[in-house]
Amino acid sequence: MSSKYRPIAFVLNAKRTSVRVHPMKRLLDVLREDCGLTGTKEGCGEGECGACTVIVNGQAVNSCLVPVAQVAGAKVMTIEGLKGRHRLQRAFAEFGGAQCGICTPGMILAAVALGPHPTLEQVRTGLAGNICRCTGYEGIYRAIRKSEDRSKKK
Amino acid sequence: MSRSVGRNVIRKDGAAKASGTASYVDDLTLPGMLHARTVRSTIPCGDIRRIGFDFDAAGFTIVDARDIPGRNLVSLIMDDQPCLADGEVRHVAEPILLLAHEDRERLTEAKVDIEYRPRLAVFDPADSPTVFKTVAIAKGNLDEGFRHADLVVEGEYRTGHQEHLYIEPNGMLAVPEDGGVTVYGSLQCPYYVHRALVVLLGLPEHKVRVVQVETGGGFGGKEDYPSIIAGHACLLALKSGRPVKLIYDRTEDMLATTKRHPSIVRHRTGVTRDGRLTAMDINVLMDGGAYCTLSPVVLSRGCIHATGPYRCHHVRVNGRVVMTNTPPNGAFRGFGAPQTLFAADVHMERIAEALGMNPVRLRERNALRPGDVTATGQTLGPDAAALDVLRAAVARSDFQKKRRACRGTNKGIGLSLFFHGAGFTGSGEVKLKSKASLELTPDGVRILVASTEIGQGQRTVHAQIVADALGVPYESVEVAAADTSLVPDSGPTVASRTTMVVGSLLKQCAVEMRATLGRLSPGAYLQKHGPLVITKQYEAPPGLVWDDETYRGSAYGSYGWACDVIEVERDPVTDEIRPIKVTTAHEIGKALYPLGVRGQIEGGTAQGLGYALIEEVVMRDGAMANAQLTNYIVPTTLDTPPMDVVMLEKPYAHGPYGAKGVGEMPFDGVAPAVVNAIRSLGIDMREIPATPERIVEAPVIRDSGSGIRDRGRDWPGSASRGASGGGRIFRPGRKPGSAAPGRGR
Amino acid sequence: MRTAISPLALRQPRSLRDALRILRDEGPLTPLAGCTDVYVGLNFGTLRDQRFLNIWGLDDLRGIVVRGDVIRIGALTTFAGIIRSPLVRRRLPMLAAASCEIGAVQIQNRGTLGGNIANGSPAGDTLPVLAVAEALVELRSIDWTRKVPFVDFYTGYRASVRRPDEIITAVEFPRVEGVQWFRKVGTRAAQSISKVVMAGVRSERPRIAFGSVAPTVVRVRRTEAALASGATLAEAQGILQEEISPIDDIRSSAFYRRHVAARLLAQFWAEG
Repeated sequence: MSSKYRPIAFVLNAKRTSVRVHPMKRLLDVLREDCGLTGTKEGCGEGECGACTVIVNGQAVNSCLVPVAQVAGAKVMTIEGLKGRHRLQRAFAEFGGAQCGICTPGMILAAVALGPHPTLEQVRTGLAGNICRCTGYEGIYRAIRKSEDRSKKK
Repeated sequence: MSRSVGRNVIRKDGAAKASGTASYVDDLTLPGMLHARTVRSTIPCGDIRRIGFDFDAAGFTIVDARDIPGRNLVSLIMDDQPCLADGEVRHVAEPILLLAHEDRERLTEAKVDIEYRPRLAVFDPADSPTVFKTVAIAKGNLDEGFRHADLVVEGEYRTGHQEHLYIEPNGMLAVPEDGGVTVYGSLQCPYYVHRALVVLLGLPEHKVRVVQVETGGGFGGKEDYPSIIAGHACLLALKSGRPVKLIYDRTEDMLATTKRHPSIVRHRTGVTRDGRLTAMDINVLMDGGAYCTLSPVVLSRGCIHATGPYRCHHVRVNGRVVMTNTPPNGAFRGFGAPQTLFAADVHMERIAEALGMNPVRLRERNALRPGDVTATGQTLGPDAAALDVLRAAVARSDFQKKRRACRGTNKGIGLSLFFHGAGFTGSGEVKLKSKASLELTPDGVRILVASTEIGQGQRTVHAQIVADALGVPYESVEVAAADTSLVPDSGPTVASRTTMVVGSLLKQCAVEMRATLGRLSPGAYLQKHGPLVITKQYEAPPGLVWDDETYRGSAYGSYGWACDVIEVERDPVTDEIRPIKVTTAHEIGKALYPLGVRGQIEGGTAQGLGYALIEEVVMRDGAMANAQLTNYIVPTTLDTPPMDVVMLEKPYAHGPYGAKGVGEMPFDGVAPAVVNAIRSLGIDMREIPATPERIVEAPVIRDSGSGIRDRGRDWPGSASRGASGGGRIFRPGRKPGSAAPGRGR
Repeated sequence: MRTAISPLALRQPRSLRDALRILRDEGPLTPLAGCTDVYVGLNFGTLRDQRFLNIWGLDDLRGIVVRGDVIRIGALTTFAGIIRSPLVRRRLPMLAAASCEIGAVQIQNRGTLGGNIANGSPAGDTLPVLAVAEALVELRSIDWTRKVPFVDFYTGYRASVRRPDEIITAVEFPRVEGVQWFRKVGTRAAQSISKVVMAGVRSERPRIAFGSVAPTVVRVRRTEAALASGATLAEAQGILQEEISPIDDIRSSAFYRRHVAARLLAQFWAEG
């Protein structure tokens, strides 16, 4: 059924991938359905909640607003690309960064996209597109700070 | 062996959530699965005349009320709500028809035309002809109370709807099997869903299985609503013989599912010139929406909390919750208490203003103390901590100094004192007959409860309790899925009861298991004696007596106590109110998982800030007009201030390791503290959300002149609406309205 | 997702020339840039368009260059690109300020200046900036290039002079003489649609424009003239009320919008 579409090739979590889907299919749906990666979540479909955040060519974007055609040739990273081993992931689990967890993949990726050693102000601004209804954000700041502290200790 | 209770263990679900491997219902797929869609009413009240299908029905499963094998109702309290509308609709977005198809696009494009004969709809609760429930609480003699008053202060306070906005919308996956059905879903109460399905589908209990999968937020919004969406998914699954996945998108979820009850609360209070409350006459009106759902219980809790954490010999609370032709309202964190505590503590602030009294001193004078008696006649135990939290928050925030410094600036500071009864009201816990079980495993033990992890840390706290009581490492305690084929009915995950009530049952199980195991390890015991499962059922603590008819007695086993101090800044150009800092002191018995308690306090506070300032459900013709995240706005990282949390512990004798409930209380006190901070700026605000549009139109609080000499006087008639002067101060001997509230000192 | 994707057609040009030729021969086609608006419509099922043109890959439309006094910003420059540009921060700080207030990081990484213009929302945050900067919008078709003064670009609510076979390719900004000022009043601190948005340039020839108070962005020329000729602030605020026509909607009220617009004018005039 999907063979009528031309392949769209991109790098997904450091692996070359190709999908044959309608070029306007949302990247979010391609990741969840065609690539079997359900870590990226849909919370609103309007680019407001950030639960669908992925990193494309180093930048955080809302995958619910990206047609897969537009990531042809790009580097895409989802939460699965961190393999559960990123220090932010450990810190979120340990220091109250995650409660119900539905915003967590998008939140962690947005935090990754912030770059190294962000100030609290930069964290607030950089995560303003990720809504958490559980933590009041304080636990998220704590997790990011602890993660930073750990990286400095190395 | 190091104890885990009181330590920040690593939460059980943390790694899966942080790695993106935790499975929520929309992450699940089954072979042969159909997608589903709900066709809903577009009018608020009327009859359905005709339903027309403008699409090729091949491959579609279509379900309407006639397909319901059992009884067409959502089993809850009054059983007045149909699962699918049958001939008439009573609110916009009422479900009428269900469609399922393999191809999501065919499903999206299927056009259904419905013709209605509209009837007159009721939107104003004050005009409603249908009362779902009334509550009356009486203590002492109101007339006598007013006779002792030097001053009578009246006011009316309003709160609007609030949308839960769990980031994961409602969803279910129903699978027909073995002549019955299994449903996987995002939910808080598997046994509520189970009971509703048994009634709806006409199936025997053992043929219905409900499994909670990872749930992306609940806050009460997934307490009763899941019974409806699960029913829909199951009806389609049974008719088609295929698995059916039904997931709401955000707009549908906002339009169709439950919200917080709007309220209008009126106070008429007698007070002496030195600030003692002598009489409290309170009237509570809540809007239940089109069907009863949980409204009686919401009203009940609201009325029981309506006085605030204050003592008074003469109290009357009259409440009613009524029908309007809007989508039914339901449970939401706080469950009626936020509405009445908002009114109570803004009213206290106005009393302080009228008396020219410091708001802390007024509250200190009247705060409930151990040994005091509440409005329902409950004598408080030694764990009553109103004064403790008040003093802690005031000291920690440097409230008095800041208050003086704020005067005449665009900065404001306000406080609220509040409390929250944990567990079901009165005999509710006895009626629930909750059970918890522990099962031995080769490496440790498995917890079997119907409680659900919804982010609050349930799996973690339950595991900590069992680990310590059993004397095994936290890591060796497993928590089974909340699967009705595996776990007993532990009651719903609501009412701040999951740690205090269910945790207590688990502790009892663990204590008995420890005695049974003796010196044997779990593995050794299993080998020697075979399987071991211990089950305990709830028994009320001694002395807890409650009368449902008269609303007298011990409403709750224990109360948590809290005080919020909130600093705000008003933007002089836009009239936006920005919260700058929150200091909060919470007394919660015992923090079993301190990070979890802190998370509930911080999260509840943020949700409260939204309720107070920016979350507004705009209703037009009985429907939510702003049902998109762009237009219904909740706080982001840039809208929330730093939060300074102080935890106090006054152990509750019947809570596991002294724990009380904490999930809801943090929400309760935010709105009054914010509005009191706004009042400290001289703005007479009495309703929420206190949007800039309301700030701009709110009157100024006028300075008072004279002192207070005369005695209280009768209520002259009902006050007019809210902020524009509907509350009056009476100094009898003069005409009403001739004196104005004074500024607090 | 309330729109069926299968019936939609997407043309994928390899170059700008290719894109323009396709537009001429196969139009009408809706250009897809950052999609931060089009895909919201697709998600809600409110977008009627069926045929699209993917211009995201056309790097010719990216880049910020200065030619003499003129700053030329490619239409596909994202808000993130604008915010990061030292040139824009130095010479067009009000544009950088507006870009910072659009959505949040994820939207800024995808939303484009050209898209903001093409979308033509009355609440578009960069539009008052373009109005007071007196920018030029460059439009290209396969046969010609033309530059339209931004203030002449819109003809009504979400209607513009852009022909179906044209693409917005760049925006050109002349040197701005005077102190630049921008403020957005939204529904919250980030990720918000504006209730009132204002840009201003304070100089002997003050320029002031508002969004969200009329069907399109509006230059309040009579208010400008009043201030330029020495009217009091109160007089100018009075004239302002005649030049704007805000409405009650689900986000705010006409009363509040008028009230805040007047205050913004005051703040601008005092601070600028």
